[in-house]
Amino acid sequence: MSAATTTYGVEPSGPKPRRVTPARIGIYAFLIVAAIFFLIPLAVMILTSMKPMDEIRGGNIFALPLNPTLDYWVKAWSSACTGRDCNGLAPGFFNSMKITLLAVPISIILSMLNGYALSFWRFRGSELMFGLLVFGAFVPFQVLVYPIIFALSSVKLPWGGTLFGTLPGIVIVHSIFGMPILTLLFRNFFASLPGELFKAARVDGAGFWRIFFSVMLPMSVPITIVAVILQVTGIWNDFIFGLVFAGRENLPMTVQLNNIVRTSTGTVEYSTNMAATILTGAVPLIVYFVSGKWFVRGIAAGAVKG
Amino acid sequence: MATSVQIKDLSLNYGAVKVLDRLNLDIADGEFIVLLGPSGCGKSTLLNCIAGLLDVSEGQIHISGKNVTWEEPKDRGIGMVFQSYALYPQMTVERNLSFGLRVAGMPKPEIESRVKRASEILQIEPLLKRKPVELSGGQRQRVAIGRALVRDVDVFLFDEPLSNLDAKLRNDLRVEIKRLHQRLKNTMIYVTHDQIEAMTLADRIAIMKNGVIQQLDNPHTIYNKPTNLFVADFIGSPSMNFLKGDLADGTFTTNGVSVPMGSYGFVGSPNGKAVLGIRPEHVQVGEDARKMPFQFESEIEIVEPMGAETVAWTTLAGQSLTLRADAEVDLQPGQKILVGFDPARGSVFNAESGNRI
Repeated sequence: MSAATTTYGVEPSGPKPRRVTPARIGIYAFLIVAAIFFLIPLAVMILTSMKPMDEIRGGNIFALPLNPTLDYWVKAWSSACTGRDCNGLAPGFFNSMKITLLAVPISIILSMLNGYALSFWRFRGSELMFGLLVFGAFVPFQVLVYPIIFALSSVKLPWGGTLFGTLPGIVIVHSIFGMPILTLLFRNFFASLPGELFKAARVDGAGFWRIFFSVMLPMSVPITIVAVILQVTGIWNDFIFGLVFAGRENLPMTVQLNNIVRTSTGTVEYSTNMAATILTGAVPLIVYFVSGKWFVRGIAAGAVKG
Repeated sequence: MATSVQIKDLSLNYGAVKVLDRLNLDIADGEFIVLLGPSGCGKSTLLNCIAGLLDVSEGQIHISGKNVTWEEPKDRGIGMVFQSYALYPQMTVERNLSFGLRVAGMPKPEIESRVKRASEILQIEPLLKRKPVELSGGQRQRVAIGRALVRDVDVFLFDEPLSNLDAKLRNDLRVEIKRLHQRLKNTMIYVTHDQIEAMTLADRIAIMKNGVIQQLDNPHTIYNKPTNLFVADFIGSPSMNFLKGDLADGTFTTNGVSVPMGSYGFVGSPNGKAVLGIRPEHVQVGEDARKMPFQFESEIEIVEPMGAETVAWTTLAGQSLTLRADAEVDLQPGQKILVGFDPARGSVFNAESGNRI
């Protein structure tokens, strides 16, 4: 090393050295403790789901299973009893899938069009319309349950019966209840796009649908992902709408889980209950893990939803 | 020359707010018109009305002899270039250029030849396969101009197209727009708040304030014979010097100092309260001042060297006066110096109405 560089060594030069400060240690300590705190219940559930009943009764809840078994998972999926039927959670899973896969795209397409029209194609009273729609997000849905039962049962289907207690019925309910918050989401997104883009497309001769499909839709991928996350988790986790509107044939997984946990005759089989609960929560969990940064945006956007 | 764009008694109100007030404007075929004014003067609103992006409250707009007041933007024979470029971010340059033609359902070979011609004119052929994010600001604005070019329109509308670019690029593109106009000979309407752009590009400048055109004339007349105080103050940097005083029998008196107006071209023989405006570059110092009809001794207060020239601040009869001198003239703060100007080259305004007299 030359003399010149050694004299430099005393004065600050080059990249600033990274120091481990007490504040940084504190932050990491807090984060690790918080992570453990929130992971403990999940760990207990997974451990418990793999232990037989006598081990649960006899031992510590944190103890590792002596003979780990997946039997209770199989039972929860295919043969646990929900009331009189003993088919496990599987039918509920497929019902939830049907409801989610239909209601998510319908509500998103409608809300996207709403947001697009309210941002760019202003008409007399469009602000009022938007205000009413957003107001809908703050109405407690419990007060609407009875009116909706009444409305759905008054729609007669051509093949007999009414919309109440059918798959289309529950899909309609979810689609409508998703619209206020999703319209708000999409309107705010479109309002953040430069208005000149819309003007340019109009000068180029594009109309309502052409601008939507050629210009706006390709730009909306990020916000659509956020909307999908919000809707999938929201609809999957729903209990009350599924219980009330889906009908006996279409009860979603959450309702069936409740039935399994509630209808234990004799001893409460904790292992099966734990396995069933994890299975039901798996879909939103997977969505959270896979979506990563989009999920954070989803929370920020959904903060209003509470 | 035939009229290309004609605006008749155009008004636009938002509730009680009049953005445009019974505005009339005739633009000749092939003319380059610049709408100039401070923000909020209604210049962009007027352009949006011509484009058909805003509905007018009253009046008519004719383009190429056709009344287009109620027509859709695409049916007006206009192309528009925006400040934010407004390129479609998900499309390549080529598809950006051809979007309007594809919407119109034009046959493919025709689209290709038009895109080719436009990209040749604007020298953007190597960029055709790129997305807008991969382009620099200047390239984006060129593509935006190309989008108007391919549609083969009669009238080009520019809405502050250079405001988002840095100073050097702005100068380059300004020259290119001028070259484009000389080559295409289309009618162009250009909105800006930059007076340099207005002076350099325009055949005629329309200076606007509060939705009303204050003066519509060629840049030389606008600069040298501003029609009122607003125009005089808005055009020119550093701005015109204004001296308040009284006008009587061809002599302007300000705080006891008499300035004979000499050969100034008064209409009639106006008297009363007046404002005398003198451009800083018409004020001379030192030896040059001796040749001027009006001279006075003054002290230099502040000196701002600009490189090509030096701007100095002095006073006349207790009122601040700026002057532009050659950079070679040595000026120092506190220096006593002879200052002079020719009042006939100035502008006199009525102090109450603000109009030129």
